[in-house]
Amino acid sequence: MEIVLQPWPWFVGGPLIALTLFLYFYFGKNFGASTNFETLCTIAGAGRVSNYFKKDWKERDFALLFVAGLIIGGFISSNYLIPNQAIDLNPTTIEELTELGFSNPAKSYFPDEIFSYEIAMSLKGFLILILSGVCIGFGTRYAGGCTSGHAITGLSNFEIPSLLAVIGFFIGGIIAVWFLIPLIF
Amino acid sequence: MKNIKFLVLGIFFAIVLSKVQAISWFRFYEMFKFQSFHMFGIIGGAVIFSAMIMQLFKKGIIKDINGDKIVPKQKKKGVVRTLVGGTFFGLGWGVSGACAAPVFVILGFKWLPALIILLGALIGAFIYGLLSNRLPN
Repeated sequence: MEIVLQPWPWFVGGPLIALTLFLYFYFGKNFGASTNFETLCTIAGAGRVSNYFKKDWKERDFALLFVAGLIIGGFISSNYLIPNQAIDLNPTTIEELTELGFSNPAKSYFPDEIFSYEIAMSLKGFLILILSGVCIGFGTRYAGGCTSGHAITGLSNFEIPSLLAVIGFFIGGIIAVWFLIPLIF
Repeated sequence: MKNIKFLVLGIFFAIVLSKVQAISWFRFYEMFKFQSFHMFGIIGGAVIFSAMIMQLFKKGIIKDINGDKIVPKQKKKGVVRTLVGGTFFGLGWGVSGACAAPVFVILGFKWLPALIILLGALIGAFIYGLLSNRLPN
């Protein structure tokens, strides 16, 4: 139990993520996460507005169960498996974030400046979250995948579109972290 | 319920991502700042091990649960779609620290902000659906 409760080192992450991909394919389906955004749109009734969403979502019940598992797994982890959320972040990173006005960098997984419930309900905080979400939803569907579908499944299958998508991920991520974050905070 | 195994797999994947800190806003910030090897090691390791698994699939050495050959779907081609779409995703990922699978995991940690991000993601996917015929490739 002690081993489970400690933070896991980076090198166990790769093999265990690959194991997840393996089982997903072994169970007969393509590994990915972002198509679920479309499926959820379909369930919410988007098919009445656009033919793009006229699909039978029941064909993707396996993916919805996977998503339900992700939520349950997140709940189990946050409540029982991570007694200490402190992160061994690069001291330079911590210093930079402190200068930007972040109060407790790396003391937990998520900064209060973005993830506290108070901030999330303020106009600025709400806009940061929802606009990020819009970019994530639009971007993953336009690009045809996310970190799971492109960076892991696609790259490991030597797909050129996935390489281009991952280059795009980094262009966007670098702009966000180097320019937008200092602008916002 | 033959698909209940996907629920169990989802729980497993969420625990893995949580325990290696691959859902932490700070870890992604650090990654895009190139100030740590942590996330590169995780994603790089996942790609290397997955590439070996893909070879076993392609050579037909490992078949799926029904005994059929495993053929990963080809990704849609297009330079504009992947680069521009990818950049949009990266912007959202960099600011919020959430990507498509972790946003569901984060619901179990910080439900309200994760729910707002998820709501945005659905709006974004909806906008894509409306525009999909008019966007370049």
